[in-house]
Amino acid sequence: MPASANEGAQPDRDLAASATRLKKRYAAERRFRLLGLGAVLFSLGVLAFLLITMSASGVAGFQRSELQTTIDFSAGTLTVDPAQLQGDDAIRILEAAGLKEIVSYAAARSVGPDAAAQLAPDAWREVGNRLIADPTLLQQQVAVSLPVTDDMAAALRGEGDPALRPLARRLHEQGQLVRAWDWGFLSRSDATHAQAVGIWGALKGSLFTMAVTLALAFPIGVLSAVYLEEYAPRNRWTELIEISINNLAAVPSIIFGLLGLAVFLTIFPNWRSAPLVGGMTLALMTMPVIVISGRNAIKAVPPSIRDAALGVGSSRVQVVFHHVLPLALPGILTGTIIGMARALGETAPLLMIGMRAFVASPPDGVTSPSSVLPVQIFLWSDEIDRGFVERTSAAIIVLLAFLLAMNGLAIYLRNRFEKRW
Amino acid sequence: MSPAIPLLLVLGLGVVSWLMARARARTFLVAAGPRRIHSLPGYHGWFVALCVAVPAGLFALAWNAISPGLIIAEVTNHPAAAQLPAFGINRDAILSEARALAFDPGAPTFNAVSRALVPAFQSANLKFGTIGIIITLVLGFAGGSAAFLRLRPEFTARTQVERFIMAALLMASMVAVLTTFGILASLMFETFRFFELVSPLKFLFGTHWSPDPMSAAGAADGDSYGALPLFWGTIYIGAIIAMLVAIPLGLMSAIYLTQYASPALRKWAKPLLEILAGVPTVVYGYFAALTVAPAIRDFGQAIGIGSASSESALAAGLVMGIMIIPFVSSMADDSIAAVPHAMRDGSLAMGATKYETIRRVLVPAALPGIVAGVMLAVSRAIGETMIVVMAAGATARLTANPFETMTTVTFQIVAMLTGEGSFDHPATLSAFALGMVLFLVTLALNFIALRVVKRFREAYE
Repeated sequence: MPASANEGAQPDRDLAASATRLKKRYAAERRFRLLGLGAVLFSLGVLAFLLITMSASGVAGFQRSELQTTIDFSAGTLTVDPAQLQGDDAIRILEAAGLKEIVSYAAARSVGPDAAAQLAPDAWREVGNRLIADPTLLQQQVAVSLPVTDDMAAALRGEGDPALRPLARRLHEQGQLVRAWDWGFLSRSDATHAQAVGIWGALKGSLFTMAVTLALAFPIGVLSAVYLEEYAPRNRWTELIEISINNLAAVPSIIFGLLGLAVFLTIFPNWRSAPLVGGMTLALMTMPVIVISGRNAIKAVPPSIRDAALGVGSSRVQVVFHHVLPLALPGILTGTIIGMARALGETAPLLMIGMRAFVASPPDGVTSPSSVLPVQIFLWSDEIDRGFVERTSAAIIVLLAFLLAMNGLAIYLRNRFEKRW
Repeated sequence: MSPAIPLLLVLGLGVVSWLMARARARTFLVAAGPRRIHSLPGYHGWFVALCVAVPAGLFALAWNAISPGLIIAEVTNHPAAAQLPAFGINRDAILSEARALAFDPGAPTFNAVSRALVPAFQSANLKFGTIGIIITLVLGFAGGSAAFLRLRPEFTARTQVERFIMAALLMASMVAVLTTFGILASLMFETFRFFELVSPLKFLFGTHWSPDPMSAAGAADGDSYGALPLFWGTIYIGAIIAMLVAIPLGLMSAIYLTQYASPALRKWAKPLLEILAGVPTVVYGYFAALTVAPAIRDFGQAIGIGSASSESALAAGLVMGIMIIPFVSSMADDSIAAVPHAMRDGSLAMGATKYETIRRVLVPAALPGIVAGVMLAVSRAIGETMIVVMAAGATARLTANPFETMTTVTFQIVAMLTGEGSFDHPATLSAFALGMVLFLVTLALNFIALRVVKRFREAYE
């Protein structure tokens, strides 16, 4: 029966066709899935690549090139009374007594005059500081590690002036020119030579700036969140406040810099590049973040808490300040820390208000000129010398470590204290 | 005299008055019994402490702000100030040196005149410091005693304190409004001043951007303030190149993590992706300038583009796109999650594969939310500063070649304001006009995006 055979063949062909179609559909499904996985892996791969390249060159930034030699103070070349080394001007007394010459002479004797000429200009200061800390060294033979110039450091890496490279290689083979861990990087400030720079000045500036930001943004943010969530009447005025806060959260950070420049620096012209003005500018930027997260945290406290407190006779202020706020605090703190972490990494608004000056000493307070970590990174990244590349990466590692610690703290707070009602 | 002394005084007075008033209210408690006293003793304490600290504290803050000016005025009236240069940087330098000397005799000096001014500074400082402390004390005592005399068992101290708290709450929430108006006012003020020098039409539609901050301020050359190349650079880097990276990667990541990934992978991958948004922009900028840009230059030269330079729009845009991925992905995540489950289940029940469900049902349904997310991401990208400052270059040009340097609005704001230009110069003022444009555009993008999201949410509820 050809007709029935025909009828039979039709579904068969259909089945075969649908089987191939199904195969195609499943293949498309698999392709799509792999594409998705690829997108996730690519994004994470970029993150890993970023962090690994930073760490790889940053590790070298925590090191510097040093010339190892000994200085014999017992020979009596340095005639300084140890009692004189107690005062503030001890380093000046040592300089007057010829410490600088003694150091370069000792270096020249042990590694030759060519190498001694490549000592960093203030290498003698490190020896001086050791003598001030321990005057008994004045009667001893002292082993010292002296930083060399940027040129010599480059030569040790196999870069820079070709004339210096054989000397660097020879000294390195003799074990007199080494790359050593430079913990001073964490305690010095900005300088003109990559070998002599440190991060402490910028870090201290960042800490001052963050302190100002926190002192302003946290109370204002929490109080606004309380007002909007608990007391504000539904009217035009409240709507205006809400719109302002949502808009501020979306305004590019550089606009806050323009505000700081046009308003704060006009009012306080003496505090150019001071952490106080920087902190105020960042506080305006951080406040909306705190308000938004604070509102969510307050919203999450169940109404039954408020009803119970009102029921036993608390006033509306007492309800909020004695019951709701303590319960919402972990959520508010989490949001605050995340906002502060963002402020800590912020560069552009601080450039606007002049925090890009060269500041070679750590700030004494919130009104003295200072730099901050991200701006310091920006400034160093502009330097041409190769030595600064490593230092920049090292500074980035310090900054990322702080951000990681802050975000870790926020996650810990959320997991440890946040209640699910 | 340290400026912190009056503030510390205020703090001390506040604590003392708090203790005194609370002790006084406790005597009411003993005399009248707990039923007869309106507020707890602590509230009496707070009431008096606030009456002491608020006026005195406000005065001390204001005094800190104005007394340096008064001291300078006093010093310049001093006979020793006759040798001062009449005006200019030198005069300021000498004055600040003398001030530093007055506080710390060991401070370094470069001008002989400043030594002569030290006694004048010290006496003026002492005089105004003493005046400040006396007025602070008077205000504190006046406020405190007036408040203290009002304490009675039936005095409604709690109501008063709560009224103050409510005022503080309202004032705190006004800061946001004030900031918004402050931004608008300062941008508008400087922008109008700029438009007095350069016509707005030339600024918005001119195609030649080469301001010279060092030129004479009066001779504004309106033709060199055409910002069109900047707008194009901003859009090309932030809205085109960055989005070409961020939209596919962000959207696919969101789809994979919400629809396919195991809970364990999702739990780990999502916070890790969020880290991309938490890395400071200066780090991205450094990464772009040091690693990405040279690679792109080499690639460009390898494929025969001679103009490929070490700073390029492509490098900045790519890295910016990476930074934006988490924004796109979390917005897409939210809007896909907002699509009702019935739609997805219906499609799957009809025999559609997951891919077909996502492509034909979920993504179309979530599209308004995704578009809004992309708009937010664009507003974020065009306001981004450090990446373009470090990797995009400074030359304003209208080109579509991504291997060339290109400049953006944010870059020019930084460039115009970090020099030593004066506030009257059109180059400096142009930064505010650019800021105004940036502010308005990001505001509009956000406003539209939030509207879209809101209407879209309502559609499914």
